[in-house]
Amino acid sequence: MLQGGLILAASFVYLGLLFAVAYYGDRRADAGRSIISNPYFYALSLAVYCTAWTFYGSVGRAASTGLDFLTIYLGPTILAPLWWLIVRKMIRVSKRQRITSIADFIASRYGKSAVLGGAVTIVAVAGIVPYIALQLKAISTSFTVASTYPDTAALTNAGGAAVPLLADTALYVALLLALFTVLFGARHLDASERHEGMVAAVAFESLVKLVAFLAVGLFVTFGLYQGFGDLFSRAAERADLRALMTLEPSASVFGEWAWLSFLSMLAILFLPRQFQVAVVENVNEQHLKKGIWLFPLYLILINIFVLPIALAGMMYFPDGTVEADMFVLALPLESEQPLLAVLVFIGGLSAATAMVIVATTALATMVCNDLVMPVLLRTKALRLQERTQLTGLLLGIRRSSIVVVLLLSFIYFRMVEGHYTLVSIGLISFAAVAQFAPAILGGLYWKRGTHAGALWGLLAGFLVWAYTLPAPSFAEAGLLPHSFVEEGPWGWAFLHPHALFGLDGWSPVAHGLFWSLLVNVGLYVGLSFKTQPTAVEHSQARAFVDALPVSSRATVWRGQASVTELRQLLSRFLGHRAATQGLKRFANAQGIDTTQPTWEDHLPANARLMHHAEKLLTGAIGSASAHVVVGSVVNAEPLNLEEVMDILDETQQMIAHSRELERKKRELEQATQRLQAANAKLQELDRLKDDFISTVTHELRTPLTSIRAFSEIMYDNPDLSAEQRQEFLEVIIKEEERLTRLINQVLDLQKLEAEPMTVKVEPVSLRTIIDEAVQAMSQQMEAAGVTCTVEVPDEEPGTVEGDRDRLKQVLLNLLSNAFKFCDDTDGRIVVTLRSRAEDVQIDVADNGPGIDLDEQDSIFERFQQARSKARAGSSGSGLGLTIAQRIILEHNGDIWVESTPGEGATFSFTVPRTHATDPTGDGAPATPDPTASDSSPATSPIT
Amino acid sequence: MATHVLIVDDEPSIAMSLEFIMKKQGYETDVVDDGAKALQRIEETRPDVVLLDVMLPSHDGFEVCRRIREREEWDELKVLMITAKGREEDVKKGLAMGADGYVTKPFAIKDVVARVEQLLT
Repeated sequence: MLQGGLILAASFVYLGLLFAVAYYGDRRADAGRSIISNPYFYALSLAVYCTAWTFYGSVGRAASTGLDFLTIYLGPTILAPLWWLIVRKMIRVSKRQRITSIADFIASRYGKSAVLGGAVTIVAVAGIVPYIALQLKAISTSFTVASTYPDTAALTNAGGAAVPLLADTALYVALLLALFTVLFGARHLDASERHEGMVAAVAFESLVKLVAFLAVGLFVTFGLYQGFGDLFSRAAERADLRALMTLEPSASVFGEWAWLSFLSMLAILFLPRQFQVAVVENVNEQHLKKGIWLFPLYLILINIFVLPIALAGMMYFPDGTVEADMFVLALPLESEQPLLAVLVFIGGLSAATAMVIVATTALATMVCNDLVMPVLLRTKALRLQERTQLTGLLLGIRRSSIVVVLLLSFIYFRMVEGHYTLVSIGLISFAAVAQFAPAILGGLYWKRGTHAGALWGLLAGFLVWAYTLPAPSFAEAGLLPHSFVEEGPWGWAFLHPHALFGLDGWSPVAHGLFWSLLVNVGLYVGLSFKTQPTAVEHSQARAFVDALPVSSRATVWRGQASVTELRQLLSRFLGHRAATQGLKRFANAQGIDTTQPTWEDHLPANARLMHHAEKLLTGAIGSASAHVVVGSVVNAEPLNLEEVMDILDETQQMIAHSRELERKKRELEQATQRLQAANAKLQELDRLKDDFISTVTHELRTPLTSIRAFSEIMYDNPDLSAEQRQEFLEVIIKEEERLTRLINQVLDLQKLEAEPMTVKVEPVSLRTIIDEAVQAMSQQMEAAGVTCTVEVPDEEPGTVEGDRDRLKQVLLNLLSNAFKFCDDTDGRIVVTLRSRAEDVQIDVADNGPGIDLDEQDSIFERFQQARSKARAGSSGSGLGLTIAQRIILEHNGDIWVESTPGEGATFSFTVPRTHATDPTGDGAPATPDPTASDSSPATSPIT
Repeated sequence: MATHVLIVDDEPSIAMSLEFIMKKQGYETDVVDDGAKALQRIEETRPDVVLLDVMLPSHDGFEVCRRIREREEWDELKVLMITAKGREEDVKKGLAMGADGYVTKPFAIKDVVARVEQLLT
């Protein structure tokens, strides 16, 4: 017998050590130097599979049913080579989709369904709670055994229902483990839900339990006996033990082996804690390669001594005073080996705590993320959506979940313990998580699988599981009528939980597994065919099923990129340091000396570097995006449809990003188009400017030529007659006036174009303006014998909003135009004002030669004038009409000409009553395309 | 027989100044203000020299020049283009159409006189 205090002290020292390991692991992880980034740690952490059930229960199972305890290890061993396909795919998908639990995984695959996530969580909790209870039972029983042995009276009572609640060791074990799990798994929140410290501790525990078990095995085999031969031959002397060592070759035995191996194959994949260590906590999928052979090796090592210990136990305790589950501990105690006994106790403790910590952490993550948070977020009253900081709340939920899960386990332990061996409870849990198999395996390899199929298959399988496996155990524990397990409910034999529809003669686990999976798979497949996947499901199905590329993309890059570009790209996404480190790793692998300051110059800009860059980026932004991003700096070929689909499918978020990207690209294209248009317009403007300058200089040159010529003539010919001199001087003066006018108008136009929006808006009476303009021209017209009539309705002021001076300029320009072209002998000009509700129209009509139809269109363009028809000596600049048009368009009015050749021309314009500011608001001059206006035959003004 | 000069320009003041200058040199002058009239007048009066502005209503100066050179019987007719300064392409074009020389506006009287005399010798 060991002192209880000693055991407690040893336990606490051990747990303290464990915590130190975890703490160290976390610190290293924070410092970016992960200790678990190592395939051996990964393989050891996978051994969380071996729990107290393995440590104590295997011997118990071997003692009662012989070799079939091996099935639990046979399954994973047989399956291990396939991990490279299945688990790697799960890892790949989970990393890309940031999946943090098995519930998340299934929910994500079937369209990110919260309902499915919740269902998986419930199944997982229901399935795993008994399993955790089993660990509690193991710890408390082993503690009782270690501290009371060989007091058999205490043993039979150990953990029994007779123990008062508060005296129950298991309660304190549960609470202690809850505390530890909170410390290990929920100390802080991490977006990736990775717990490096916890994994380090678990790996350490795997080592401890293996060493402890090997130690006791070696002691029993070579200490108590003289090796395997001696032990087996002594056991063979007893008939009952001989049966344990042999396999009866019968169909039912093989069937049982097959079923149990199959069950453990599913369990190793889908137990939440296995998912946690193998997938969520995986640092590098290459570690899986070592895990594939190291983990089965671990299983073999931990099983070598199971049968010898069981046989020795049977021989040492033939009367059944010691439970077979406790042989591992009882043998060293019986042999008075206290140190070994403590080691064994610690080994069992480590097996149990590792399982409890990882499983509870995984369950708590699921309960929090897939059960509680969705409900809370949907509960509008809580207004969680509006809160920016949910960390505290999340952590609280996470920690509460841990405590609740462990208390549930304790309650389960109190209810049914004593009725089942460790192994049976474990198998029931296995059968529960096996219900995830159709949804996950189907989800990974069958795109057609739908949400409805997964959900209903899971729920139905779970119900059948509950009915055939835990329900009978409740009945046996007295929680349900006992007749339920003896005759079936209400005596209906065909519903007997261990012989549904007459399927008799199977072990309860094989029976339950068969029916639950049959129903599950049936509904999954059937409903998947019956229902249509939604768009999200469809894209998620692609993301999952096509997660492993058929071939490496290394060869895709045919183009070239510069190292500098790749480097900048990496820095942008990963930060400068990580980019340098990433490139350094590549350089080292290429045999480049990175101690040289110029090592980057030696990097080859080849496909391998691009592939490497892509891989570096994949960690940060996912593989499809990485491919695109790297592609952006590579002068490579455009994406093909398949690749585009890959990008779209990668995740919903990625789709959103892709859409964003696509939108940006379109915007960019549009901006480019606008830029091109603007450029073309600029070029056009440039050309027009050139034309304008060319025309202006030409127009300047004509009067200059005359002035020069006549000046020279007069200079050279002092003998000119007075009349001739007078005539020539008159020409010079006229030409000079023309020059002045032209320069003024060029300046006017220039001003109009430079300050297009400087229309002063004030009420202007057009009647007054007409009067003023006619007044200004009257002398000139009188001298030429031109009559000008103004026709304005009585009392009509013709008030509009606009710029008085400019509108007057328009009128002056039109009047002088009319004056210039009206009939030589009997010139008549008529100015008419028409008042309408929305605008005022003014017509200026002359009786000149008119304007040809083809000239009407271009009459408002610069320097377009019917020059040959102009009144002699009244040549204009050719800019008057252009200026008038500009001004009217700025007032949002129209200006046009109507003319029948030979019968004069009428220039008309309208000004709106109220001045509306430019409706397009882009600051451009208000120059609506006059060709669009049916009232204006003028062509587009030159801007 | 006196040398006959045809002046083709639509700017009355320029035509007027050219006419004065040519008359002063003792040439007979004739003035028209567009290309079609110019061709018609050549047909009628067979001038020795045409002072031809480029920018004209109806046919422009180039066109008039081209048509003159199409007529074999007008081979002796000298064509002096009056083009704007700084428009070298106009000069080239005019010469390509068969013009015998050019002066640029604004012109100096002695240049025009010298050019016409040069064509007549």
